Amino acid sequence: MSKDVAVEVRNAVKAFGQGDSAVRALDDVSVDIRKGEFFTLLGPSGCGKTTLLRLIAGFETPSSGQILLDGKDITRDPPNRRPVNTVFQSYALFPHLTVAQNIGFGLEMQGRPKAEIAAVTANMLALVQLGPMAQRKTSQLSGGQQQRVALARALAPRPKVLLLDEPLSALDLKLRKEMQIELKRLQLETGITFIFVTHDQEEALTMSDRIGVMSAGRIRQIGTPRDIYTRPVNRFVASFIGESNFLSGAVETGGVRLSCGDLVEAAGTEGRSGKVTLAVRPEQVRLTRAGEPGALPATITDWVYFGTDTHCHLALSDGTEVVARLQSPATGDAGLEKGKAVALRFAPGAAQVLGD
Amino acid sequence: MAERAFSATRLPGFAMIAVAVFLVLYLPIFTLVIFSFNDANSVAIWGGFSLRWYQIAWANDAVKEAAVRSLIIATSAALIATTVATMAALGTTRRAAFKGQTLIYVIINQPLMVPEIVTAVALLIFFGFIKVTTGYQGLGYLIAAHSAFCVPFAYLPIRARLEGMDLSLETAAADLYATPWQTFRKVTLPILLPGIIAGAMLAFVISLDDVVITEFVKSGGQDTLPTYMLGQIRRAVTPDVNAISTALLVLTVLLLTAFFLLTRRRD
Amino acid sequence: MPSNENRQRAASARTGWALSAPALLLLGFAASGPLLIVLVYSFLTPGDYGNVVWKFSLDGWRGILFTRDIFDGTLHLADANLTIFWRSVKLSLLTTAITFAVGFPTAWFIATRPAKSRALWLFLITIPFWTNLLIRTVAINEVIRNEGIINTLLIWTGLITEPLRIIYTDTAVLIGMAYVYLPLMVLPLFAAIDRFDMKLLEAGYDLYASRWQVLRRVILPIVKPGIVAGSILVFVPSLGAYVTPRVLGGGKNMMIGNFIELQFGAGRNWPLGAALSMTLLIIVTVALLFYVRAANRGSPHG
Repeated sequence: MSKDVAVEVRNAVKAFGQGDSAVRALDDVSVDIRKGEFFTLLGPSGCGKTTLLRLIAGFETPSSGQILLDGKDITRDPPNRRPVNTVFQSYALFPHLTVAQNIGFGLEMQGRPKAEIAAVTANMLALVQLGPMAQRKTSQLSGGQQQRVALARALAPRPKVLLLDEPLSALDLKLRKEMQIELKRLQLETGITFIFVTHDQEEALTMSDRIGVMSAGRIRQIGTPRDIYTRPVNRFVASFIGESNFLSGAVETGGVRLSCGDLVEAAGTEGRSGKVTLAVRPEQVRLTRAGEPGALPATITDWVYFGTDTHCHLALSDGTEVVARLQSPATGDAGLEKGKAVALRFAPGAAQVLGD
Repeated sequence: MAERAFSATRLPGFAMIAVAVFLVLYLPIFTLVIFSFNDANSVAIWGGFSLRWYQIAWANDAVKEAAVRSLIIATSAALIATTVATMAALGTTRRAAFKGQTLIYVIINQPLMVPEIVTAVALLIFFGFIKVTTGYQGLGYLIAAHSAFCVPFAYLPIRARLEGMDLSLETAAADLYATPWQTFRKVTLPILLPGIIAGAMLAFVISLDDVVITEFVKSGGQDTLPTYMLGQIRRAVTPDVNAISTALLVLTVLLLTAFFLLTRRRD
Repeated sequence: MPSNENRQRAASARTGWALSAPALLLLGFAASGPLLIVLVYSFLTPGDYGNVVWKFSLDGWRGILFTRDIFDGTLHLADANLTIFWRSVKLSLLTTAITFAVGFPTAWFIATRPAKSRALWLFLITIPFWTNLLIRTVAINEVIRNEGIINTLLIWTGLITEPLRIIYTDTAVLIGMAYVYLPLMVLPLFAAIDRFDMKLLEAGYDLYASRWQVLRRVILPIVKPGIVAGSILVFVPSLGAYVTPRVLGGGKNMMIGNFIELQFGAGRNWPLGAALSMTLLIIVTVALLFYVRAANRGSPHG
């Protein structure tokens, strides 16, 4: 196995309950997470992302499969013997300890010398900009400050991997944006591998080096944010991340014949034949005059103004609905009228054939 | 150990100690119940199943009278304590904190804090004084004493129920033209009722169980079941004491089970 | 309108007092009020046949610690009284320690059961709590008596020939008190553990703590208010115990409660009994104040 893999999950299965009523929270999951990368597990609640994180942390033991850290099997190691630390969703700060004591807790449990603990704690406090708060009780801090303490506490023992379980979900929007930048900065400064769990697609897209999209206990796609967004492999990924128009058609030479009868170019037709589904992002749909050669005839059914852009709802000749996201013009209503006959085309390379 | 799945909440040995505690807690009680059905005269050697100790206990007029007295006192005390506790609970919840409220709490909960023996001595002196002055020797003293120490046991569940009650219900009733009294009768009281019944049951159980205060307050010939038993034990433990204990135990467990179900349904 | 608001507040307070009045009168008559009489009696002179003579005297209070020599009238430390105090305090502290040692694992066990069975386990602890203390004392008595279950079994199996003498010793009283007061320790501990955020355990293990370290550095400091509450709830009634030492300790192994009773019975020294009662009340009050302070410190932020 490659030297630059930090965490390797091999065929992990986690079932809760027994017999027929058993639920498979993780269903044969395998993934390699590289050293120093910001890896995000993205999916709706109940998809198994938190379970996977807990397997890596050691809070759960897989029903079958293996977890390797730096090539060493840690599947059965208890959490206190894994050089992996967690930032909990609820922060789980110790209420009876001060900020500094919280941050130094891990080092203290490892039996490090007092001087080292003090030095690392001071560094961490500076890193998360909480120096003046060192002697406060954690209950006296704001949500954002508690978040920073949780981060500093998990980073202080210099873990090989930092696990973050939806750490930003309790913060309000403005703080969340700040913390996103902060997290990214901390990850770059420390060089530690981050595994980040979230259900927020925007968070995943803006922060991650790579994303693993999960649903129903399985990883559906792994790739860079750009891959995931522009080349979703299936309908779940295409609809969970961003919005998509789904068009049914059949593969032909030169593209896909849509149900409305028109032929369009599409990526991902190699090796495919017969009926397929095409995904097209609304912002990749362009409107033109009716009758434009090569464009699909359509009728405007409705439009909704969103400020920066306007969503235009269209019906193709067979009634298939398509949404186009158009940049709002500085003045006027861009000539959008209900019932008006227009034509549309997809930006080059924008139409993607989905797997099943 | 390594093969055992990790559980954060498991602490080694704790479950074993807990199970042992439950066994030690219940074994003596079970033994007592089982030997109350023992045909032998011993309370330690099994001589076959029999109800004779129940018959012996029931044939004893002193036991019968003590049982009736216990029930009269417990019923009266539960009624009185629950009534005044309900009023006090209504008076001390759901209004702006007022001066002296803490004092009211302290006085109401006083029986929970003052050692029983101290209250018993105090009542011995005070009621003895009244007995001499008025010549009245009846059950009134025991009923008054029992009512008093039952008040906090009735008060706490009623107050808990009141604090969990949605204030807007009463506002809504008032909005729908109900007078304050109608609001109380038609809205507050029905919602409060499970708490009141629960409080009354606890008061009943507490009164039924009392030994120390009764022992000091009772006049001659006013034994309740517990004080009768205490007198008997002083001589020798006989199986009829087991029979009386079992009967009391069954009554307590029945009431507690009812209390448990009653307070659980609201969650 | 502030004046209107004030008037409303005053009316609300009046209603509060009016509704509480019957309870206060009842308790004043048959619980709190008579305590003042005890205080007065502790400063009077004992009558020849019990009761008191209305003459001021400090002998009641002095009698707690000293005896007057009947020949020369000098004061000596009352060794018998001191033995009783020491036994009461020692047995109460030991009872508290034992109930904590076994009660904490029990409370933890209950609090970590799945929600459904937890209510049942809790109910199982509650039943003894509400069951007649005398019945439970009788039950434990039948286990440890000379002719009790333990001795009968041990003799029957041939392990011993003479019964173990447990009954009518301090050990018997200790076993009995630990047995009857155990639920008082478990319930507040359970309440504290139930509020404890179990995520903190994962945080502890995640930060390299061993089980022992998690217990000592995370769990115990956080559930401390529950420990204090349970200890006070066990210590206070242990110190004032009357039934258990009377049944299991026999006549000789008295505790303060029995000593107080003695003064109103055969001892015929009501002022001493009253002074002893007041002393017990003061000790208990101090313990309760300590508890209130500890509880407030435990949760400074509500």
